[in-house]
Amino acid sequence: MTELFKLFITFLKIGSFSFGGGYAMLPLIEEEIVYINQWLTQSEFIDIIAISQMSPGPIAINSATFVGFKYLGVGGAIAATVGVCFTSFFLVTGLARVIIKYYDSLIVKGIFSGIRPGVIGLIGAACVSLFKASIVDIKSLIIGLTVLVILSKTKIHPIAVILSSGVMGILLYSI
Amino acid sequence: MQKYLQLFWIFFRVGAFTFGGGYAMVPIIQKEIVDNAGFIENEEFLDIIAVAQSLPGAIAVNTTIFVGYKLFGILGAIFALLGTVLPSFLVILVLALFYNRIKDIQAIQRFFQGVRPAIVALIFMSAVKLGKAIDRKTFNYIIMAGAFMAIAIFKIHPILTIIGCAIAGLVHVKGDKQNDRAV
Repeated sequence: MTELFKLFITFLKIGSFSFGGGYAMLPLIEEEIVYINQWLTQSEFIDIIAISQMSPGPIAINSATFVGFKYLGVGGAIAATVGVCFTSFFLVTGLARVIIKYYDSLIVKGIFSGIRPGVIGLIGAACVSLFKASIVDIKSLIIGLTVLVILSKTKIHPIAVILSSGVMGILLYSI
Repeated sequence: MQKYLQLFWIFFRVGAFTFGGGYAMVPIIQKEIVDNAGFIENEEFLDIIAVAQSLPGAIAVNTTIFVGYKLFGILGAIFALLGTVLPSFLVILVLALFYNRIKDIQAIQRFFQGVRPAIVALIFMSAVKLGKAIDRKTFNYIIMAGAFMAIAIFKIHPILTIIGCAIAGLVHVKGDKQNDRAV
């Protein structure tokens, strides 16, 4: 088995068995990368988290690209990234086909009538845990509240919000 | 071809500005796909988030594939996914090369210290907007509060919570149907 293929299979496994996305995927990635395959050391792995916070996109993609690149260069980065998306692609398109076909059936309607309000509760709960992790001092509270007020009064694009809050961060935390 | 490129470009922006993973992409997809392009409704978007959360893999990746597939089939899914993944891929390559040199630049760290609280506010406003897409029925309020408490207080796994909501929805629909018959 070539190293490239091994990288692909390892990230295919990570993409297939980690539920919940985001940081919920990190323990499985750590297990495979640091302990089983020993592609990265523990401290290099901690760098992944810091790098993921600086880089846009899903954490799973960030870590796949980073590990693949560190280990086998750009080819490795591609193999790992394709691997981590592979299962998602087939599962999601497969399930999407079924859902779209039976969208008007009573069963699918019933299921989604329960799930829709549930997802709002889910996102609300995510807000609470993100709030605890990101609102850590008076400055972050000021930024969060400012953004909230602006969002409720205007139709500003989220990208503009992200960029200007970053600038606010540079200004406030330099004081 | 143009519609695929449009889709790619929309998701490229989503991928480029999703900081924090998971639900951080919700506000941007909502703005781009629901509000601006009008490709899907808020209700359908909720369904897609639920499916994305319930399947293995990254939520942003799953959401992207679903939206792309729903709009323009398999090719749509591929172009949308490329859009979401590419910014992350490119930025990581640069970071992997220069990480040791940039990790100590304070301005970068302060930038992200400012971005993090903004993401919370963005996601909160998205939840409020999505909430408006739902009928004001007692059943919906109960499920919403129940799902929130299940995760925030009782630490029940999100997938189990979603399954619970699905079962409640099924039972509720069946009950409604029997009531209709009785009338």
